[in-house]
This record gives sequence, C-alpha cells and structure tokens, in this order.
Amino acid sequence: MTEEKKTGWLSRLRAGLKKSSNKLSENIVSVLTKKKLDDEALEQLEEALLMADLGPAAAARLVADFGKTRFGKDVSETEIKEALAEQITVILQPVAHPLVIDRDKNPFVVLMVGVNGAGKTTTIGKLAQHYKQQGLQVLMAAGDTFRAAAVGQLKIWGERTGVPVVSGDEGCDAAALAYQAMERARKDAVDLLLIDTAGRLHNKNDLMQELAKIIRVIKKQDESAPHAILLVLDATTGQNAHAQVESFREMAQVTGLVVTKLDGSAKGGVLVALADKFKLPVHAIGVGETADDLQAFRAEDFARSLMGLEGDAA
Amino acid sequence: MFEGLSSKLTGIFDRLTGRGALNEADVTEAMREVRVALLEADVALPVIKDFVARVKEAAVGQDVMRSITPGQQVVKIVHDHLVDLLGRTAEPLNVGVTPPAVIMMLGLQGSGKTTSSAKLAKYLTEQERKKVLLASLDVQRPAAQEQLAVLGQQINVVSLQIIAGQTPVQIAGRALDTARKEGFDVLILDTAGRLSIDEELMAEAASVRDATGPHERLLVVDAMTGQDAVETARRFDAQIGITGIVMTRIDGDARGGAALSMRAVTGKPIKFLGVGEKTAALEVYHPDRLANRILGMGDVVSLVEKAAAAIDANEARDMAEKFMSGKAFDFDDLAKHLQQMQKLGGLSGMMGMLPGIGKLKDKLKDANVDDKLLKRQEAIIRSMTPAERKDVDLLGAARKRRIAKGSGVEVSEVNKLIKQFLEMQRVMKQVKKMGKGGLLGGLMPKLKGGEMPDLSHLMGGKEF
Ligand SMILES: Nc1nc2c(ncn2[C@@H]2O[C@H](COP(=O)(O)OP(=O)(O)OP(=O)(O)O)[C@@H](O)[C@H]2O)c(=O)[nH]1
Ligand SMILES: Nc1nc2c(ncn2[C@@H]2O[C@H](COP(=O)(O)OP(=O)(O)OP(=O)(O)O)[C@@H](O)[C@H]2O)c(=O)[nH]1
Ligand SMILES: [Mg+2]
Ligand SMILES: [Mg+2]
Repeated sequence: MTEEKKTGWLSRLRAGLKKSSNKLSENIVSVLTKKKLDDEALEQLEEALLMADLGPAAAARLVADFGKTRFGKDVSETEIKEALAEQITVILQPVAHPLVIDRDKNPFVVLMVGVNGAGKTTTIGKLAQHYKQQGLQVLMAAGDTFRAAAVGQLKIWGERTGVPVVSGDEGCDAAALAYQAMERARKDAVDLLLIDTAGRLHNKNDLMQELAKIIRVIKKQDESAPHAILLVLDATTGQNAHAQVESFREMAQVTGLVVTKLDGSAKGGVLVALADKFKLPVHAIGVGETADDLQAFRAEDFARSLMGLEGDAA
Repeated sequence: MFEGLSSKLTGIFDRLTGRGALNEADVTEAMREVRVALLEADVALPVIKDFVARVKEAAVGQDVMRSITPGQQVVKIVHDHLVDLLGRTAEPLNVGVTPPAVIMMLGLQGSGKTTSSAKLAKYLTEQERKKVLLASLDVQRPAAQEQLAVLGQQINVVSLQIIAGQTPVQIAGRALDTARKEGFDVLILDTAGRLSIDEELMAEAASVRDATGPHERLLVVDAMTGQDAVETARRFDAQIGITGIVMTRIDGDARGGAALSMRAVTGKPIKFLGVGEKTAALEVYHPDRLANRILGMGDVVSLVEKAAAAIDANEARDMAEKFMSGKAFDFDDLAKHLQQMQKLGGLSGMMGMLPGIGKLKDKLKDANVDDKLLKRQEAIIRSMTPAERKDVDLLGAARKRRIAKGSGVEVSEVNKLIKQFLEMQRVMKQVKKMGKGGLLGGLMPKLKGGEMPDLSHLMGGKEF
C-alpha cells in the first residue's frame, strides 16, 4: 500500500478515534498533569483504558506494569501517553502481519468467517480490489446462501471491482457452493479465491458445524486449503470478542483477524487483550465502506491512535 | 444468553452465603467483584460506578438478619436496582396514532436494522393486525433495498417499489405519500447504517426525520456492543432524538451490558429484543426478565422471596441448627423438608428458579420431574412407624412391603426413597462440614458459579 494511502488512512483513523482519544486524553490530563504518579492517578489511568474496551484484566495489568516503573515520579501527560502507547505497541507488534498470498497455491483460498454483520462481505470486496490491483487473478464465491440478498450484495462488489463471482441460488448448500467455486478456480487458474460465508453466532453449534463442513469440502480438492481462515471482528464489539475468537478458532481453525469499522467512535481496545491472549495475526483493518477502505494493521499507529497521540513517535 | 454475568454474580454472592451478618467490608468486597463482572459484561464504566455506589448504599444500610442468607439479600438488592435502571415497565410501540404511524430505524452499520424492520413489520401485521408498508432508504450498502424487498416478500408485507437514483429524503417522501394514499397503518423506514460521528450522514437522517415526522425513532444496537454503547446512544439521541432501543443478537452469548449503558445514558426504553436471524425472532422487551438474565441467577430472587414468604424462619433455623448440631437427619426431617418444597412450588417450580438451569432444560425434560413425587414420598413416610422414621436400618423387606401397601406405591418406590434419604443424609453431613446452615444451604449445597445444585437425590436417582 502506498505512502499516500498510509497518510490517508492514518488521518481517517485518527479522525475516527479523535473523539474517544480526546476523552481518553482528557481523563489522563485532568488527573495527571503536574502530579506525582500515585494510586489515584493509576486508577484514573485504568479507567481510561477500561473505557477503551481493553477489559478489566488487560487494563489492570497494563496499569500495574506502568506503575512499577514510574510510581512516585513526576510525569507529564505526554510522557504517560507515550509510555502507554509504547507498552501497547509491544503487545500488538507480534501480531501485526499482513496476509501473505502464497503464489504457489492454485488457488490460494481465503475463507471469511464471523458473527452477523461484522463486515465479512464488505471485507471480501475490499480484499478483491486490493489483490486485483496487485495483478492477481481473483475469484469471489457467494457462500452466504442464507441471508436475504447476500448474493446480490457480493455480486455488486464483483461489479465494483471487476472480479467474477461464483454464486448459486439463495438457500442452496453453502458447502456445495464452496466446492463448485474450488473447481472453477482450479479450472480457470485463479490465484486467489475469496469465499464469503453467512454470519453466524459462535454459540450456535449447528451453524458452527456447517462451517466445519464447508472447510472439509474445500479440503477434498486441496488438502492444504483453506490457506487462510479470517475472522472478521467489529471494532464496536466489547468483551464478547474473546468468546468469538475462542469459538471460531476452535471450530474453524481461524488463522488471522480483520478488524472492521475502526473509522467509528469505537476504540477496538479489546484487540490488545486478544493479541496478548490468542496471538493470532491481525492482517488488516477496515476504515470505511468503500473498496479502498482496507489497510494493513500497524501496531504502533493503532496504539498511538488509541492513546490520542498524533504523528510518529517523538 | 446473559448466563455469564449471572453465574458470575452468583459465585460472588455465594461466598457471602452462610455468614451471620453483612457488614460494610463484605459489601465493599462484593461490589468490587460486581464492578469487574459488569465490566466483563460490557456495561459502560460511568454507568457501573453510579450503579455500584447506589447498590452499596442500599445494601449496607439494610437489616440483613431477617433475610435467609445475607448473600441472597444482596442479590436481591442488586437485582432490584438493575430493574430500576432498565425500567420497570415494558413500553409499547407508539403506533396508535392517526395513520400512518411512521417508524424510523437507526443505527450503526450492521447492527440489524433491516432485519429488525422486517421483524417489526411481521409483528405488527400478525399481532396487531396493522397494514404495514416497508421502505428502505439505504442507498449506501450494496443490495440493501433488495434485501428489505426480499424480506418483505418472505413475510407477505408490501415494500415500497425501488426507484434507482433517488435520495433517502426523496424515497421517504414517496413512502409517506404511498402510505397515506393507500391506507397503510404503519410505515417502517429502514435507513442505511451510519457512524454517530459521520456528520454528513447524521444530518441526512435528521432531514429524513424532519420530512416524515416519525412517531418512533428506534436505535438498533447489537448486544455485543462494548463501551462505545454510551457514545453511540448519546450521539444518536442528541442528533436525532430516539424514542426507544431495539437490541439484537440476544441469541448470542454476549452479556448485553450495552442495554444497561444505553438505557442509563438516554433514559429511553428498550422496546424489543432480536433473538435470531429469522423474521419471527423478535421479543417484546420485559425489564425484569432482562434483569434476571443479566444477573444470570435464573431467578434466585423470586426463590428467595418465595422462600421467605413460605417458610417459617424459626422452623428453618431449628432445622439448620439440628443439622449443625450433628443430630442425625431422619425421616421426620425429610417429611418436613418435602412439605417446605411443596410450598416452594414443587420440584419443577424450584428448578425453574435455579441458576444455570437454562443449559439443562432438555435434560430436565428427560429427567421427567414429577411434582406428585413429593406427595407420594410424604405418604410413604407417613406410613412408617415413629421408630422406623428415626432408624432407617429397621426397614427390612417385610416392613417395606407394608409401607408400600400403606401408601399405595410399589416397593421399588420405597426403595428409591430410602436410597435418596441415605444420599441426603450424606449431603447433610457434607453441608455441615462446609459450615453452611440454613434450609436453602441444605437444598442447594453447590449453588456456585451457575453450577447445577445437586438435586439428584430428589429426582429418582437420574443422572444429569
Ligand atoms: N464504517 C464502516 N462500515 C463498515 C466497515 N466494514 C463493513 N462496514 C459496513 O457494515 C455493514 C455490514 O457489513 P457486511 O459486509 O454486510 O457484513 P457481513 O459480516 O457480511 O454481514 P452478514 O453477512 O449479514 O453477517 C455494511 O453496512 C458495511 O458497509 C468498515 O470498516 N467501516
Ligand atoms: N443471530 C442474530 N442475527 C441477527 C439478528 N438481527 C439481525 N441479525 C443478522 O445480522 C446481520 C446484519 O443484519 P442487517 O439487518 O442486515 O443489519 P443492518 O443494520 O441493516 O446493516 P446495514 O444496513 O449494513 O447497516 C444479518 O446477518 C442478520 O441476519 C438477531 O437478533 N440475531
Ligand atoms: Mg455478508
Ligand atoms: Mg440494512
């Protein structure tokens, strides 16, 4: 992704995070400016993190670590923000990996999974756009055969991006459609096959079994496929993201995450706890509804935006 | 669904159970845990702080000696405050106006607006016999209008003809015209998902509102929403003025704390719950039911209330003291026990009130809880001689046959009761060891973390 785009997404992300970051900063400023870092100050710091969805455990730990090194010292607001952003970066850095498409696979198969409305179909459209622009031959499969107009939605993404779409009738078997898509992708020597699936809540066993079946059917044609199983998480989601990752990882062998809707007022702070706990790579983030609104996940940028810091590290 | 928080709180308060009184330190500790539980349930922090402060004040001031256990008393206080916060009464849709009543659906991207529009249309058509018109103003998301049209067909509700190239305000105007001319009772306007910080789209929603004067402006939110619930609710309310909340994906396992946050911040009622993807999966919101689910205690609260009403506290204390003093548990005690259980609504009544039961519903069905069982068991005991009631070892084959005849049951049922009695004796000994007195302590020896209490000894020996 180009440098120009990077600035574009950063400012977008910041614009989106601004409100929350401002609040975060305000909280921190109000207590900590020209003050020794004491228990009360640490508590306020913890509260700021909690309001960014980091969750009680992660927030407590971050603050405890922070307090260890700086307790009793005079600290300025910016120092605190910088230091916390650094700490968060350290946690996120190991999971910041772009999706690598192995060109030896014919095709490289990506299966998109997640709860309802998270942004699976949109993200597939964005990925199709990105990889097509990189010169790959891409095919999309309308594997959501359940939801009203889900096929129509992906077809429009096909028109927008100029990428063909394999589809069946609404209500047809999703696994059978995945099989067809595999066949066609192999026949047409496609580089990248992106398979959409219906949204499903992770606590619904029958739907999770259906997903397992789709994966089994794909494997019938290529034992190594799907090569990537991406769980799409909505940044608005709070602590339930833990349960989502846990179930989808167990039932669908998720290989990586995409976090969507980071252009909104939600902070997506739960990602910090998820990174620490599951160590699943975060491949990309969604920052809007158009085909270009997908960006690589950058640990430092995310952490700094979360702390309301502008620009690069001093 | 809200199982998580409930079992968590049950666990917290269970630790208080059995202590003689409730002091400030106890409450403070419990409230710390409540705070964590509520945070994990995604209730927004400012809302939690306020909530915890109020509960604490109420709990510490109360005379806890009268209650069955201090822990359960606190549970009830937490529950009552939760219901207060969520709103005591269900508030109906405001559709009884001069037709057409206009309902505008609003919310973030993917929250469930289109699906909920169709669900409401179905509900109003089938439950309230309204003639409903659906119209999608979503010109943003690919195939959004088609999605609503397909759903409309599925539920046999008319949807406004799609004309490409119109703006949302134009479509809304056309929809209102059509609704007026063709005599529709209700017009449901589905809108595109929008971020609360997207000024342009928020302004567009305000224009639609001004053009159509919707009687209901429902904010549709996902039950999985985190701390942002406050921000989103506040902004939508400030800029559009919402009249109610629809919370979707209650069929998931999110703890749904966002419901609390939004209600607290906007003061607007939660009106409907989305409980699945199908168009029939809509529930009218009932606050106390939701509070129970958030608490996840099954319904410990009403169990406590019923127990308090039905059981003479002195009798309960006598019994507890008897267990604690190490006196043998005999058939007379069991008979008393059985009578008290019947006052509590029998086995099935009690089981329904216990936490963690949701998961076990199917198994319970298999287990065939039989409320007449209690009566039969009482009859068996009444057919025993006083000596037999004191000493189970007297019950040989001949005596069992006599007792069976006397109480009109099979010998096998007498055997079962004896087996259960022996098991209960064992449990009572355990309870004593655990230091938990009280009738409820005896009935629910393992009421912890939403775990199923060991009632197998009362259920014909069926294993769960
Ligand atoms: N603002 C914003 N909106 C997004 C983003 N990603 C997706 N959306 C929107 O979120 C809504 C749901 O997206 P979909 O791609 O349909 O979600 P899905 O997971 O496929 O949904 P189901 O198939 O119904 O489970 C749409 O309105 C998208 O335009 C994002 O990064 N930012
Ligand atoms: N499990 C479950 N899924 C739901 C519920 N309500 C909606 N959904 C699903 O959530 C997804 C998104 O629903 P939509 O109705 O398209 O959401 P929307 O708010 O209209 O989305 P946009 O128009 O893109 O902003 C779909 O897959 C629905 O089937 C619910 O109560 N439970
Ligand atoms: Mg989809
Ligand atoms: Mg919609």
